[in-house]
Amino acid sequence: MNDFTYHAPTSLDDAVAALRGAEGGTLIAGGQSLLPIMKLNLAAPTDVVSLAGVAGLDGITDDGDSVTVGAMCTHAQVAGSATVQGRIPALAAMADGIGDAQVRNAGTIGGSLAHNDPAADYPAACVALGATIVTDRREIGADDYFQGMFMTALEDDEIITAVRFPVPSRAAYAKFANPASKYAVAGVMVADGPAGVRVAVTGASGDGVFRMAEMESALGDSFGAEAVAGMGVSSHGLLSDTAADADYRAHLVTVMAKRAVEACG
Amino acid sequence: MSGNGTGIGASVKRKEDTRFLTGRGRYTDDINLPGQLYGYILRSGMAHAKIGTVHTDAAKAAPGVHAVFTGRDMEGVGGIPTGWEITNKDGSKMVEPGHPALATDKVRYVGDCVAIVVAETAEQAKSAANLIDVEREELPAVASIEAAEADGAPLVFDEAPGNVCYDWEVGDKAATDAAFDAADHVVSIYVVNNRLIPNAIEPRAAIANYDPATGDYTLYTTSQNPHLVRLLLGAFVLGLPEHKLRIVAPDVGGGFGSKIPHYAEEAILTWTAGQLGRPVKWTCERLDAFKSDTHGRDHISTAKLALDADGHFLGLHVSTKANLGAYLSTFATCVPTYLYGILFAGPYTTPAVYCEVKSFFTNTVPVDALRGAGRPEATYLLERLVDKAAVELGMDRVEIRRKNFIREFPYQTPVALQYDQGDYDATLDLALEASDWAGFEGRRAEAAARGKCRGIGISTFIEACGIAPSAVVGSLGARAGLYESGSVRVHPTGSVSVFTGTHSHGQGHETTFAQIVSDMLGVDFDAVDVVHGDSAKIPFGMGTYGSRSLAVGGTAIYLAVEKVIEKGKKIAAHLLEASAEDIEFENGSFTVAGTDRSKTLGEVALTAYVPHNYPEGLEPGLEETAFYDPLNFTFPAGTHIAEVEVDPETGEVELVAVTGADDVGRIINPMIVDGQLHGGLAHGIGQALLEECRYQEDGQLETGSYMNYTMPRAADLPSFNINHNTTLCTHNPLGAKGVGEVGSIGVPPAVINAVIDALRPLGVDDMSMPATSQRVWQAIQRANG
Repeated sequence: MNDFTYHAPTSLDDAVAALRGAEGGTLIAGGQSLLPIMKLNLAAPTDVVSLAGVAGLDGITDDGDSVTVGAMCTHAQVAGSATVQGRIPALAAMADGIGDAQVRNAGTIGGSLAHNDPAADYPAACVALGATIVTDRREIGADDYFQGMFMTALEDDEIITAVRFPVPSRAAYAKFANPASKYAVAGVMVADGPAGVRVAVTGASGDGVFRMAEMESALGDSFGAEAVAGMGVSSHGLLSDTAADADYRAHLVTVMAKRAVEACG
Repeated sequence: MSGNGTGIGASVKRKEDTRFLTGRGRYTDDINLPGQLYGYILRSGMAHAKIGTVHTDAAKAAPGVHAVFTGRDMEGVGGIPTGWEITNKDGSKMVEPGHPALATDKVRYVGDCVAIVVAETAEQAKSAANLIDVEREELPAVASIEAAEADGAPLVFDEAPGNVCYDWEVGDKAATDAAFDAADHVVSIYVVNNRLIPNAIEPRAAIANYDPATGDYTLYTTSQNPHLVRLLLGAFVLGLPEHKLRIVAPDVGGGFGSKIPHYAEEAILTWTAGQLGRPVKWTCERLDAFKSDTHGRDHISTAKLALDADGHFLGLHVSTKANLGAYLSTFATCVPTYLYGILFAGPYTTPAVYCEVKSFFTNTVPVDALRGAGRPEATYLLERLVDKAAVELGMDRVEIRRKNFIREFPYQTPVALQYDQGDYDATLDLALEASDWAGFEGRRAEAAARGKCRGIGISTFIEACGIAPSAVVGSLGARAGLYESGSVRVHPTGSVSVFTGTHSHGQGHETTFAQIVSDMLGVDFDAVDVVHGDSAKIPFGMGTYGSRSLAVGGTAIYLAVEKVIEKGKKIAAHLLEASAEDIEFENGSFTVAGTDRSKTLGEVALTAYVPHNYPEGLEPGLEETAFYDPLNFTFPAGTHIAEVEVDPETGEVELVAVTGADDVGRIINPMIVDGQLHGGLAHGIGQALLEECRYQEDGQLETGSYMNYTMPRAADLPSFNINHNTTLCTHNPLGAKGVGEVGSIGVPPAVINAVIDALRPLGVDDMSMPATSQRVWQAIQRANG
């Protein structure tokens, strides 16, 4: 790991200023992805700006039609939140299945979304639930936010402050995890919410999260496992690795979609 | 043997655990010497390349750097030797190419050592290594057995045509061929034994020091056998006499075979410390461990079993190809031969057995022993084949095994080994009962109602542990003896230090050996400490591997204690004015037979060190050493039964039950024995279901981190159902056999047989390790056409 300058701002303005003033700066919001890649010298930022001390990025609130999660909420906080468990239990369950206990105690929703690992769980939840990513300067709909592997709509100095999730009538997440890394090989979030039925898939494509329009349409007509159980998924463009080749992944997307629908009850 | 609360047979809590569990263990990386520098090993990123000039000027000029050494600098230093010479079928010797500690003309695997950078800090050394420019010409690589044996394959070593190291055989080929000619049935199988990466929790580390005042070298290293490192490093590599080279293997966090070999890094560090006159420390990072710790297994085999009409085994023929990696590691050559081929009688009376093994060099990490070392490979093949025979002959899987069990001992197998004792029916019956084998079909039906395919699998096995005796292994090519030493020092006030040449890196020797000594001498358990892992303290030792520590090392200690008691009787007799022949020793007291006149061990010990009133001609002191060279291997045996549920939709295999019935000989500490069984089972289950080292065709390690190399986790394992039926080894006084490798040997075929049993209704009749969900799903798809 190369030497870097560490910043610990207490306000968003100071954080943005630190980022702008750096030659090659990065935010740290839990560090569960950033620190490993820094140790491997895959990232060598000149400046690391911590969001841990920035006020106003924590807390989970029930807004009636939606639940707002502060960007610095850890996965464990989301999983353990009575509000999330009560209003969007699928989101709490999804957060409870991220990584391992240490990762859940340190990693944050904002950090995960800013990183946009193609095998992370949160992108599927955000897209299926039709979440809004709130930043220090604007609001971005989930459909516009994710722009491919490790790519997002965020500007270089933009900071996520919260994520607003509309409360669905029903939703569930089913994940087939890589046996080694526990990242999603195929993770499918199905939600029946204000924007209709949405099916979002993570882990399967190198381009990151994507929606299954055909499944959404079938479920919109008739919400039940049988609507998607026989629906084949094209392996074209899907990831292929030691845990799952593209054909197996495509099959798993269908199975996970079916299981998510079943879990919606 | 009194069997008191801390004696033989008691589940004493481990002495060593207090320091391990409170962070007070002292591992190699915890050791810091005044003035130490840090070394970083630059490794090859190419699997096969010619090396030209290695430009080190920029690295040498980097901040904090003291020195950079390459293979050119170490020219004249000996290569890393191997410990066992194998003889080919035609009587010629194996090909044994050189292994320079730092590569000189070529690199031969991703991870091969190219240079060492020595700096004030580890970070500085690592950063500077990035500045080294190695002139390289990449060569085509062979990364698998198939690639190595292909026509026109690139050669790892010019002196090894066809990349063959040796072509070995054991058993009577003519008799085996005749058995097949006479057979009613012949059952054939093809199996791959998957390559594994050991992944001890403590990465390898070393710190070397040279004292110019005395000319003494000291090397602290993560080794399972420090004396062997001293012998190889001193005599073969650096040319240092033993009395000038001290090797210390302090607390070591797991070895599993990967810390048996003498590694190039140990030689590089020690030589570098001598060059610089400063201590040099190196700690392997995890990613480097994946590509530099020796790997295990990696066999491809075809085999056939000849049977008569009733299912009696008549003959077994095995042809195996083994991958040895890029260089010959210390025990690499004997693992696929003398720890493999001679196991193929298993627990069965097969009268004719023949096994041939061809071993290949490849551009991969050197392969050496890994928990079980050869015996898991043999057991997996045999127990898969026996199951297949039962299916093809329409016989019950249990009955075909029972029909062929050895029941008369000693039993001379057709492949060299002579089994001294065993009761294979007893462990089979125990396992069947404990696993409710009879009730399985009900569980299968219940699982089917939930949409799951449930299967049960069995493995009945023997293993050979405590490899010995020295004269025999020497005649087979071993370049070392396989005895053990033990010393027992009774201090003047009655406490005891025990010195063993074995090494504990998780096995609990400090407890087990203390139990033996305290029980035999009748002294308090807490008054006995066990010392190991330091060549300056221990007379000599062959270390710990092959489940040898109790049977061989424990026996040496036992014999040393007997000598102490014999000497104590002479001292007591003098004090009691009796004849030594009339002195009985029990519960720590020397008593004149038939009287109440006695002296305690403490009184005798004090007299031995303050010999004012002392037998004439007897040496003062109360310390004895014994070297024990066993008469034979020991033969643990048992039955393992696994039960799985397969999700046919995803191919996921859930291991729902594992039952073991094991005969490991005399049990000193049941808790430690069960812990060893649990660890071995986890290891074997990892091989069967999760672990697979994969190389790309160009020799890049595909599974080079925990992102895609799956180690077993607690959640992957059921609660183990462990049972014991003990027969005693007949040729050591403890009756000890061995336990450390049992699980990794016995359970893999039971798991795979269970997976096949689960999938057979779907038309699947074969499965390779590891039975990952993808592999299972693909097999189901193929069966569905």
